[in-house]
Amino acid sequence: MLSIRNLHAKINETPILKGINLEINPGEVHAIMGPNGAGKSTLTSILAGRDEYEVTAGEVVYQGQNLLELEPEERAWAGLFLSFQYPVEIPGVKNIYLLKAAVNAMREHRDLPELKAAEFLKLVREKLKIMQMDEAFLHRNVNEGFSGGEKKRNEILQMQLLEPTLALLDETDSGLDVDALRIVGEGINRMRSPERSVLLVTHYQRLLDTVKPDFVHVLADGQIKLSGDYTLALRLEKEGYEGIEAA
Amino acid sequence: MSNQELDQLVDQDYKYGFVTDIESDTLPPGLNEDVVREISRRKKEPEWLLEWRLDAYRKWLEMTPPEWPHLTYPPVDFQSISYFSAPKKQGDGPQSLDDVDPVLIETYNKLGIPVEEQKLLAGVAVDYVFDSVSVVTTFKEKLSEAGVIFCPLSEAVHSHPELVKAHLGTIVPQSDNYYAALNSAVFSDGSFVYIPKGVRCPMELSTYFRINEQNTGQFERTLIIADEGSYVSYLEGCTAPQRDENQLHAAVVELVTMTDAEIKYSTVQNWFAGDDEGKGGIYNFVTKRGECRGDRSKISWTQLETGSAITWKYPSCVLRGADSVGEFYSVAVAGKKQQADTGTKMIHIGPRTRSTIISKGISTARGQNAYRGLVKVLPGAVDARNFTQCDSLLIGDQCGAHTFPYVEAEEPTAQLEHEATTSKVSDDQLFYLRTRGMSEEDALNMVVNGFCKEVFQKLPMEFAVEAEALLGITLEGAVG
Repeated sequence: MLSIRNLHAKINETPILKGINLEINPGEVHAIMGPNGAGKSTLTSILAGRDEYEVTAGEVVYQGQNLLELEPEERAWAGLFLSFQYPVEIPGVKNIYLLKAAVNAMREHRDLPELKAAEFLKLVREKLKIMQMDEAFLHRNVNEGFSGGEKKRNEILQMQLLEPTLALLDETDSGLDVDALRIVGEGINRMRSPERSVLLVTHYQRLLDTVKPDFVHVLADGQIKLSGDYTLALRLEKEGYEGIEAA
Repeated sequence: MSNQELDQLVDQDYKYGFVTDIESDTLPPGLNEDVVREISRRKKEPEWLLEWRLDAYRKWLEMTPPEWPHLTYPPVDFQSISYFSAPKKQGDGPQSLDDVDPVLIETYNKLGIPVEEQKLLAGVAVDYVFDSVSVVTTFKEKLSEAGVIFCPLSEAVHSHPELVKAHLGTIVPQSDNYYAALNSAVFSDGSFVYIPKGVRCPMELSTYFRINEQNTGQFERTLIIADEGSYVSYLEGCTAPQRDENQLHAAVVELVTMTDAEIKYSTVQNWFAGDDEGKGGIYNFVTKRGECRGDRSKISWTQLETGSAITWKYPSCVLRGADSVGEFYSVAVAGKKQQADTGTKMIHIGPRTRSTIISKGISTARGQNAYRGLVKVLPGAVDARNFTQCDSLLIGDQCGAHTFPYVEAEEPTAQLEHEATTSKVSDDQLFYLRTRGMSEEDALNMVVNGFCKEVFQKLPMEFAVEAEALLGITLEGAVG
């Protein structure tokens, strides 16, 4: 589904990614862990199409397409989704308005008819229930005055609605209390299917207790230093990144 | 006045609008007393109105153009303008839509304007016998049933002289400012509205319905009187870009509400803004003022200003009646090389008068947008309240936003609040929305419409939808 080959990238002349190689097949959940500043968020940003980074070498192939040539919205239409580490506030725009516009933008590019208001409401209510979110959420301005946990739940709510083929989750667990972590984790698990892949970036192992990854990678200094199965996450938790890097 | 008499009057107005035979030539450029006399003569005006015009002209001669606005433009040569131009004859304009600038047609299509209306807007010669005439007829019948008078001001001068004489210039005096004085001397035409006591006008009144009747010209003058306990919503302008060979526009709008009456005045201004260098754009110098003369009366101004090279406009409320309410909701866009200096004045005279000002300025490209507002509370306006919010949104880094709020409070019990913000459309916002499947332009529109929402929701429903579409078109190419 996704092949990242020898990806190098820099921002303002500072190299961040120094040769990333990663292969993700349909149905797999990959976790990328690593210390602060390793380039984890840079990787998801580049995959989603943020243009402040300059790719200096390497390639990314997504479902047979050169991903780096596509605009961010084209990537979204092709089934890519990014859950933001810091979701952005859009003053004056109601959450329901954004959600409906997003769902219908995707449907338009999948040759599906636009959802009518009533149909959309039915769908979104279903998803709200899964995320244990109040309907009042829909009528608040996008991320404005949301707590950290509310923002993250809102991201996963969007993922539920947009049904991506490849979900990039950037530190979705940060800022969540224990209950919210479980709800978000279960929300992600519900989305797991043989056709859908997840790339999960996290700093801690705790989300991985709920969302058990198939593969764990350690990203440090712009490169994947180590890959393994779920037990690697447990080892990291015990030994820390320094212990692993030294090994 | 009985209903029958009113019916007759309105029918008469209707007839008048079509049969008035005005000499179709244009006066040579230049302005002097003889020109003022000639305008009045051609319009067959009564003596009192000629004297009123002459009085205004003499005052204008003593005045100088205002220099305080945050605007830069070469001085206007008032002697190079022609002050009387009769409505265009059939056959003067383009003969068909094929002769009209394709860019304009493209914009009309984007706004979803039907072909017949496109012809009107573009000034294509059309026969009077077409669909909208029947619309206008039905519309007039409905109004006359309610006793509402809605006709060109030039017609009201003859059909309702007592109403015109009693109110003209009482809200915006001739010598109010330089452009108001000029307008008073040479005004061309405009709307006259009278809503009788206790009547809720059965429909939104719109200048649109008068497009095919008369060319209101560059010195438009409108007078709206809402008698006790009445209500009217009035829409001015249209979302389609209007072209005009007259670069200078100096309009005056006067509103007055008696006890318990309410006027809601909405404007969408989309005059030609000029090219990317600002060349050929309209200079729009407007004086709009409403007086809440009666207790508990209300005047509400809502405007979307997207056009003109220069906008100089401060729709204001004089809150004379006790417990009267003034509102100003504005979205002003300055793109290309446009300059907008706009805002409002709220003059609190009566006790417990309240006013609200919500101003949203959007600047893109090399546009310069200034909010200028005055809140004045006179002694005796006990417990007067004002809330002002001025927000500026910048798109790009070559534009500017400026805020000039003035407060003069002479009443110790008054409570005034002011909030102001300036923000930029951030790359983060656009990127976030694009990852949700929106194109860059749709993303920008969503952010900007969110910014303007408080104002747009004050516009009449249909107008609000058009306003959003217009804003989208105005901002095309603002990113990327």
